[in-house]
Amino acid sequence: MKQIFAKPQSMTDKVSHYCPGCTHGIAHRLVGETIDELGIADRTIGVASVGCSVLAYEYFDVDFQQASHGRAPAVATGIKRVHPESIVFTYQGDGDLASIGTAEAIHAAMRGENITIIFINNAIYGMTGGQMAPTTLLGQQTTTTPEGRRFEEMGAPIRMAEMLATLDGAAYVARFSLHDIPNITKAKRAIKKSFQYQLEGKGFTIVELLSTCPTNWGMSPNESLEWVQTDMMKVYPLGEFKTPEEGEKK
Amino acid sequence: MANETVLMKGNEVIGEAAVRAGCRYFFGYPITPQNELPAYMAKRLPEVQGVFVQAESETAAINMVYGASGAGARVMTSSSSPGISLKQEGISYLAGAELPAVIVNMMRGGPGLGTIQPSQSDYFQATKGGGHGDYNMVVLAPASVQELADLTMDAFDIADKYRNPVMVLGDGVLGQMMEPVAFKERQSAEFVKDWATTGKQGRSKPNLINSLYLDPEKSAEHNEELHAKYMTMAKNEVRYEVKNLEDAEVVLVAYGMMARITSSVMNKAREKGMKVGLIRPISVWPFPDEAFEMALPQAKAFLTVEMSKGQMVEDVRLAVNGRAPVYFYGRTGGVIPSPQEVMEQLEAVYAKVQGGEA
Ligand SMILES: Cc1ncc(C[n+]2csc(CCOP(=O)(O)OP(=O)(O)O)c2C)c(N)n1
Ligand code: SF4
Repeated sequence: MKQIFAKPQSMTDKVSHYCPGCTHGIAHRLVGETIDELGIADRTIGVASVGCSVLAYEYFDVDFQQASHGRAPAVATGIKRVHPESIVFTYQGDGDLASIGTAEAIHAAMRGENITIIFINNAIYGMTGGQMAPTTLLGQQTTTTPEGRRFEEMGAPIRMAEMLATLDGAAYVARFSLHDIPNITKAKRAIKKSFQYQLEGKGFTIVELLSTCPTNWGMSPNESLEWVQTDMMKVYPLGEFKTPEEGEKK
Repeated sequence: MANETVLMKGNEVIGEAAVRAGCRYFFGYPITPQNELPAYMAKRLPEVQGVFVQAESETAAINMVYGASGAGARVMTSSSSPGISLKQEGISYLAGAELPAVIVNMMRGGPGLGTIQPSQSDYFQATKGGGHGDYNMVVLAPASVQELADLTMDAFDIADKYRNPVMVLGDGVLGQMMEPVAFKERQSAEFVKDWATTGKQGRSKPNLINSLYLDPEKSAEHNEELHAKYMTMAKNEVRYEVKNLEDAEVVLVAYGMMARITSSVMNKAREKGMKVGLIRPISVWPFPDEAFEMALPQAKAFLTVEMSKGQMVEDVRLAVNGRAPVYFYGRTGGVIPSPQEVMEQLEAVYAKVQGGEA
């Protein structure tokens, strides 16, 4: 029998704890495929953050460190400075990266740390049960914005990719989405590029991924995929915001 | 400067001692009165193929320390009181994930922004666990520039031996003082860090640096294991200096700079024929209870002197455990108690002892 589909070798057999319809699992797989294709499992060190992906270290068969909430880019900095020849990536949610850890993310980019960040933007705090994230859309209901997020009180969604692309230290900044196959394919290409740039020593790379949280959005998995396209993508345009070849794209 | 004596500033001595102990990574954020240390490291580390990074905050710095330590390196950070407050989360994570690191606190007065003048008011934070959770770390309190060198070097070995953070707790003046120092040639033990995240490099199982235990039984087990380690540290790492305890009726207790002042007060008192001794804790965690056992058969009272409103004195009371009265004198806000003030306090306590009051 010919095998046409298999789990990436750099991933473990562990059954994931993610909710049905959650796209965290897809993001994991894309990272796993990338590690396999680049043949870097033996020198990759991952940094798990605090959020639903806190147990990421259980799913990847590579060395891992678990960081405190928001500090993954600082932890990755420490690792990369000790082992510059290794491939270091963090995997962070939007509460982790765009709220409590904004400073760490921006300054890792400013320093041009040669690391890769996989940034999961699901417009909500998943793990703690659906509170507002800095990425929550205007009007979006969460447990802490029961009437919907209002600009007057809580400001407007933060666009991390666009912001980070303005920094000279950032080499590659992109945003893609995980809501259907063509977009997943594009996301994969961006993830692979970001790791490749790191291998080439180009500097800080980040791929923001629009991701679903059916559980806390109060939607079915299908409705969630729809909502990414109809609502999230309006606020968060997809594409590459900066590449080493072309610089910042305005 | 192999073994000869040189004149150096305290904060720079810590840096040189760290480099000689094999520290190659330093992450820090500016704050007075410790700025000479990161400046020294920024210049010195590149000479030995090391790395200095000025972090965006103390929080980031301690997490860089976490990453570098987890990657297997000898690593250090330093700060002063307000910055050390920001590092507490990271220190708790270092303890939880069992990562070695050396953290220097050149204490200044608080609370809040306080003052840039010296203080000893972070004793509770350092010794009772300033971060969350059940953890302990060895806290070393040097009293001279020479001791800054020796204890900094020891701190790296203690950290690696137990896979635990170690704090060097100095009162601000110490870092600013210039004194002669000789860096001792020493053979540092070899520590095999087969647990470090280096990339698997052929290992069949990945290494993991982690402090998360979602299963309550596993979390409890982890805490038991940590506790057993802390108890071993408490047994093995006690350090102190005692003077004139044999016949001392009143025993002064002080650490760091205050121990130097109280020591000179003790000498003056002895000249006057007063039977006074001194206990100087060098490890403030673990606290040197045994020194009090040496003093207690003779001692009729203890006088603790600190640059705080009374923090270490609580450990003194626990060690003495009601067997003699424990008095306290302290100044705060960056004011260093003068020898005259301490002498007055000592004479008052001594008079009570003579009068059978104490
Ligand atoms: C210092 C600290 N504050 C708060 C928390 C609680 N907490 C755990 S996960 C989380 C939010 C995670 O949300 P996000 O980063 O968006 O990831 P998601 O769960 O959505 O994947 C928070 C606030 C914590 N663990 N530590
Ligand atoms: S709570 Fe949301 S983000 Fe977390 S696993 Fe479930 S669906 Fe995914």
